[in-house]
Amino acid sequence: MIEAIRDAIGTAMEADPAVVVFGQDVGYFGGVFRCTQGLQQRFGKNRCFDAPISELGIVGAAIGMAAYGLRPCVEIQFADYVYPAYDQIVSEAARLRYRSNGDFTAPLVIRMPTGGGIFGGQTHSQSPEALFTHVAGLKTIVPSNPYDAKGLMIAAIEDDDPVIVLEPKRLYNGPFDGHPDRPVTPWSKHPLGEVPDGHYTVPLGKAAIRREGAAVTVLAYGTMVHTAEAAAIETGIDAEIVDLRSLVPLDLETIVASVEKTGRCVVVHEATLTSGFGAELAALVQEHCFFHLEAPVRRVTGWDTPYPHAQEWDYFPGPARLGRVLREALEA
Amino acid sequence: MSGAGEEGRLSLTVPEPHVRPGDQPDFSDLVVPPAGSVRRPPVDADPQDIRDLAYTIITVLDGEGRAHGPWAGALDDEALREGLRHMMVLRAFDARMQMAQRQGKTSFYMQNLGEEAVACAFRTALRPGDMNFPTYRQAGLLVAGGYPLVEMMNQIFSNESDPLKGRQLPIFYSSKSHGFFSISGNLGTQFIQAVGWAMASAIMNDTKIAAGWIGDGATAESDFHAAMVFASTYHAPVVLNIVNNQWAISTFQGIARGEAATFAARGHGFGIAALRVDGNDYLAVHAVASWAAERARRNLGPTLIEYVTYRAGAHSTSDDPSAYRPRVESEAWPLGDPIARLKQHLIARGAWSPERHVQAEAEVLETVIEAQREAETHGTLHAGGKPSARDIFENVYAQMPPHLKRQRQDAGV
Repeated sequence: MIEAIRDAIGTAMEADPAVVVFGQDVGYFGGVFRCTQGLQQRFGKNRCFDAPISELGIVGAAIGMAAYGLRPCVEIQFADYVYPAYDQIVSEAARLRYRSNGDFTAPLVIRMPTGGGIFGGQTHSQSPEALFTHVAGLKTIVPSNPYDAKGLMIAAIEDDDPVIVLEPKRLYNGPFDGHPDRPVTPWSKHPLGEVPDGHYTVPLGKAAIRREGAAVTVLAYGTMVHTAEAAAIETGIDAEIVDLRSLVPLDLETIVASVEKTGRCVVVHEATLTSGFGAELAALVQEHCFFHLEAPVRRVTGWDTPYPHAQEWDYFPGPARLGRVLREALEA
Repeated sequence: MSGAGEEGRLSLTVPEPHVRPGDQPDFSDLVVPPAGSVRRPPVDADPQDIRDLAYTIITVLDGEGRAHGPWAGALDDEALREGLRHMMVLRAFDARMQMAQRQGKTSFYMQNLGEEAVACAFRTALRPGDMNFPTYRQAGLLVAGGYPLVEMMNQIFSNESDPLKGRQLPIFYSSKSHGFFSISGNLGTQFIQAVGWAMASAIMNDTKIAAGWIGDGATAESDFHAAMVFASTYHAPVVLNIVNNQWAISTFQGIARGEAATFAARGHGFGIAALRVDGNDYLAVHAVASWAAERARRNLGPTLIEYVTYRAGAHSTSDDPSAYRPRVESEAWPLGDPIARLKQHLIARGAWSPERHVQAEAEVLETVIEAQREAETHGTLHAGGKPSARDIFENVYAQMPPHLKRQRQDAGV
C-alpha cells in the first residue's frame, strides 16, 4: 500500500504542476513510512519538501497555497497528532468555499496514518475519522487495499474540496485480518495488491462489496474490512461485506440495497464506540431500512477508552469479537 | 512583590493596565522618538543589523504636521489627498454602519476608528494580484483598494445582493479580485495562511506577494508562532503585520505580553526583519509598507511590522469599553488621530485647507449615504430582500453530495 500511495502522489504530481507535497520528514528522507520516498529527487524541493514540526502550520500554509491555486497534498505524521491542526481544518479548510461563496477554495489533501494493531499505544493508534465526518465541508476517505489507495488518492488530489485521507498503517505492508499470531502476508499475494501503472481513479462516495452474502450486512472500512472477511470465514456466516472506502460522501445506496437484501446489519470500526461513525451508520440504516430489518443494528468497535499498549488485542476489535456479534445478530 | 527573590511561598503574576475606569489615562511608558529620527536601512538589510528598529517607533509627521527624515517624501500631494479621502470614507462608513446596527438594519458591526491609516496606507503599497489576509479590522484595505461601498453594505445587511449570500457575519468580507482574503471569525488562522500563499507564489516563481494581518491580542495564538516559523524557514515573500491597538476586547496588550518586549521584537527570534511604526502616521505607514513590500518582491524574505495605534472605538457593537478603560483614554493617546494628522500635514504643505476639508467631509458623507440608500433597496437584515434558503446548501462542496440534496429537499427549498 505504501508503494501505491507513493505511486498515486507521483502520478498526480506528474499530471499537474500545481500539486505540491510537504510535511514532517516527507522531503529528503521520504517519510517515516516511506510514502513520499524519491519524490523530492524526482520533482525537486519546490514540489516536495520538509516542514517544521507544526501541524497547524502545515495545514494552515496548505490552505494559503490552495487559496493561491495550488493543490497541496500534505502529511500529518500520525492521525493522533492532527489535533493542533484541527482549528485550521474545521474552521478554515472546511468552510472556505462556503463562507466566501466560492470566491476562495481549498482543494487540498491531508494524509494521515491511522488505526491500531501495531502496539502503537495511545498516540500512534487512534482512529479520529468521526472528528472529520462531523464537519460540513470535508470529505473523509479510508482505503483498505493498494488498488483503492492509489485510485482514491488520485481522486482526492484532483477533487476540488478538502479531503482527509486516513491511511490504516496496519495495512501499509500487507492485509491484516486481526490475527496477530499469524505471519503477515505481503500485498503481492492479494488480488487487490495489484496496482496498475499510470493514472486511474476510484471515485469518492462509492462503496465496494468485498464479499457477497445473504445473511447479514457488515459495514466496514480500513483494517476492519479484512477482519470482517476473516470473521465470515471463521464463523461460516454468509456475510455481505461492504467496504465503505469513502465515509463522506457516503454511498448510502449500496448500504441500503445490501441491508434490504440481508435484513441484518453489523457495523465495525476500530474507533471508540460513543458518537463514533458507526452511530451515524446505524442511524442511517435504521432510518432507511427499518421495515427490512429483522434484528437490531449492532456495532463492534474499540472500547470507549484511550488506546492501550499492553492490552492491544483485548482492545482491537478482532474476528472473534466480530464473529460473536455476527452470530448474535443472526439469532436475534 | 514582598519576598521577591527569596525562597518561600510562590505567587502568580497577572499583568494589569496602569489605569482603569475613573483613572487618569497614562501613556508614560510609550516612548516616541522625534519625527524623522529613526534611520531607514536599505531593503536588503540583514535582520541582525536592524534589530534596533523593533524597539523604536518610526514616525514621519511631527506635532505640527511637518514631515521629517528618511522615511518621508515618497508620496505626492495627490496621493496624500487620496489617502486622506480613503480614511475619511472609512470613518464615515463606520459611523453610518454603527448607526445602522443600532437601528436594527444589521446584527453586528466593528469600527476601524483611530486605525484608519494602517490599512488605508498599507493598501497603496501593494500591487494588483497581491493578496491580503486581513482580520476583521482592516476594512481600509477594501476602501483604499476601490472595492464598492455598496457591496460592503450588502454584505453587512445580509441582503439579496450580499456577495456572500447571507452566510457570513457582517463585515466578514471576501474579495479575491481586490486582494482581500475571506475573513474568518477564528483569530490568527489567516496569519499562517498568508505565509502559505506567499510560499505558493515563490513555488510558482511568480512576482506576487502576500500580507498577513493580526492584532496584538491574537499574537498569543499558536498560529502566530507557526506563521513566523514558516515565513522564516522558507524565506516567504510576505509582510506580516501586527496592529497593536493596545486592546484585545477588554484585555490590555500586556496580557499578550506586549510589555515584556515590543511585538515587533518577536521577529528577532526567527531572524525576521522587524520594524515598529507609528500607526497613526499615514506617511510612516506607507513608507514601511513599501519598504517591506519591496523586500518581499526582491525575494529578500519576510518582514514583521508592528503598527502602534489605539483602538479608539468599542471592540464591537456588542462591547462597552467604559467598563474596563477610562472613557477619555483615546483622547490622551500620544499618537493622536490619523485623519487629523494627515489633514494638518496637507495643510502645512499647502495642498489642502480647512475649507476644502469641510467640503470633503460633506462629499464623503454624501457618497456613503448614497451607497447606503442603494444597498438598502436590496434589503436589510430584517426587512426587504434577503438571500434564498436554498443558498444555505450551496458551496459547502464544489458539487452538492447526495446527503445535502436530501436535506435541501427536507427543508422544502
